[in-house]
Amino acid sequence: MVECPVCGGSVKLGEDTVQGELIACAECGTELEVTGVDPFTVAEAPKEEEDWGE
Amino acid sequence: MIRVGFLHSVIRPEEKLLIKEFQARDKVHLEMVDDRKLIYNLGKDKFDYDVVLERCINHSRALHALRLFESAGLKCVNSSQVAAICGDKILTSIHLQERGVPQPEVRIAFTEESTLQAIEEMGYPVVLKPAVGSWGRLLSKVNDRDAAETVLEHKATLGTYHHSIFYLQKYIEKHGRDIRSFVIGDQCIGAIYRTSEHWITNTARGGAAQNCPLTEELKELSVKAARAVGGGVVAIDLFETERGLLVNEVNYTMEFRNSIETTGVNIPRLIVDYVLQAAQGPGHG
Repeated sequence: MVECPVCGGSVKLGEDTVQGELIACAECGTELEVTGVDPFTVAEAPKEEEDWGE
Repeated sequence: MIRVGFLHSVIRPEEKLLIKEFQARDKVHLEMVDDRKLIYNLGKDKFDYDVVLERCINHSRALHALRLFESAGLKCVNSSQVAAICGDKILTSIHLQERGVPQPEVRIAFTEESTLQAIEEMGYPVVLKPAVGSWGRLLSKVNDRDAAETVLEHKATLGTYHHSIFYLQKYIEKHGRDIRSFVIGDQCIGAIYRTSEHWITNTARGGAAQNCPLTEELKELSVKAARAVGGGVVAIDLFETERGLLVNEVNYTMEFRNSIETTGVNIPRLIVDYVLQAAQGPGHG
């Protein structure tokens, strides 16, 4: 469990969470990136850029 | 032991599924390579991978990272050439045209005046697309001359220079759906219909996915389109028309989160199979 950097809510992370994974804060809906797994840390996900895609 | 470099930035559901699939394989060492942390030392790099799988979210990073890895002697899936072609709609259309793959009428122009002339010659409606872009962003369906003049002025004035390279495609009435097919190597492994009430049907924009049965025409054209851009692991967007299927776009870092259950095909497993095969033999990537 870590704190959402935007709303301060609790963010649950599973055992299979990987570094770099995108998750959504269940309380405020902000997209977060898992920046560390030992211990768990999160930050606001990068904003969409013009050349993002598939 | 096969050593796989997994080139990525943020980890989306697709990347997570691929990681799990790699981790489930024996004698595979997966090394995560975050493009945000990479520094290349040109001519001096020695990477300890047998193959690199590209799963970046930025096209420009993917393209250049792949070319740099290739320059260091690595096999990459997909190749930088495939990324260069698929990442640019103009290059994609050129390659489809040169290899006889049917596509909607396309015109390209470089000024507002010549683009307006091209639109008038094509007849309304047309779709104006940025040459580089994805997820249905910044597409304009131009229904009349007023709209054309407005959109062109805005793009030329407000956009970067990329937006003054005008890619025009004849609008295809697709009756609320198009097709996304998946090609790995020489096989079309599955397809979905993307359905939306909006003329843009990308699932990234809310289009719903349903299974699309694989017909011979769909399989054959999908593989032909994949080969036209250099092959590998690609997703083909197609329109259904009275004169048959037309290829709209080809995607080289394909998303498939909505297509595994829909198609019943284990797409990440097949991608991993292909990557591991590429690591061991020539002629892939």
